[in-house]
Amino acid sequence: MTTENAPAVEGRSKWRFLLPLAAFLALAVLLGVGLGLNPREVPSPLVGKPAPQFELPQLHRADAKFSPDEMRGKVWMLNVWASWCVACREEHPVLVQLAKSGVMPIIGLNYKDKREDGIAWLARFGDPYQLSAHDEKGQVGIDYGVYGVPETYVIDKAGVIRYKRIGVVTPQIVSQKILPLVSELNREK
Amino acid sequence: MLLAVVLPAAAGEAAPAVTDAALEKRVMALSEELRCLVCQNQTIADSHAPLAVDLKNQVREKLASGMSERDIIDYMVARYGDFVLYRPPVKITTLMLWFGPPLLLLSGLWLFVRTVLRRRAGKSRPLSAAEQARVRTLLDSAGGDRP
Repeated sequence: MTTENAPAVEGRSKWRFLLPLAAFLALAVLLGVGLGLNPREVPSPLVGKPAPQFELPQLHRADAKFSPDEMRGKVWMLNVWASWCVACREEHPVLVQLAKSGVMPIIGLNYKDKREDGIAWLARFGDPYQLSAHDEKGQVGIDYGVYGVPETYVIDKAGVIRYKRIGVVTPQIVSQKILPLVSELNREK
Repeated sequence: MLLAVVLPAAAGEAAPAVTDAALEKRVMALSEELRCLVCQNQTIADSHAPLAVDLKNQVREKLASGMSERDIIDYMVARYGDFVLYRPPVKITTLMLWFGPPLLLLSGLWLFVRTVLRRRAGKSRPLSAAEQARVRTLLDSAGGDRP
């Protein structure tokens, strides 16, 4: 028998059978990448924008207020937490550690919490915060695009949000994302 | 009579029912365009998540204060991004999302039609001289009867 090296049918390339396979592979890659993405991590449009202004009472001292303006000229971290948030307990030791290192001041935003619950939670798990602002209604949270605590922001000397972390702050995030960013921001005017 | 006029204002009572109903309609209509970011497949109109309730209240307050629907949507997108829109906007980044499925459907249909038509045409297409020679060779080697 002669080996077939000519096209069996006139005018058709013999490689055409590979087309469906190629299409399938392309689709598989596309879907594979998509499935690997986390839909809960909604990219924030606030990165690169000025941190929204607000004035809230402080958690421990209801008569005193806090506003982000007070932090101008410093690189700082805003951490949104709540006593009813289970995941916050997971990241809390990391924040306590970070606060001890003195790299940057951490301000807490106590989101949709009763004052006494927030205070009790900090007493129990430790307080890494220079102070916590008490956002009882959650209005400030909405301004910051908060939809699932814990959420953490790094804000630069000019009051611009430079980084947002949705979810727990892990030691890897601290060492790989936050600390390098803070060094860089501290070098800025 | 005077009391009836003064009391509602002092007590901060809700506005008369007529205004409420019209406002509620607008709140619901707008809420159906906004996604609940916690239960991500629901609108804030449907979802019972605390965030959804908060956002709906925000929408109501803002509509009552005179903000337009367009402004409220911009407000939400500025804070939560495009994902907060229940219907993804048609942008360069979402072209595949909007036009991909119809394109796939059309190309599938086209392939199907082409294949069926070719099969029909193929049956009655006469063999070329080269193909006839091959047929003869194959039949000979197979040991069949000559036509």
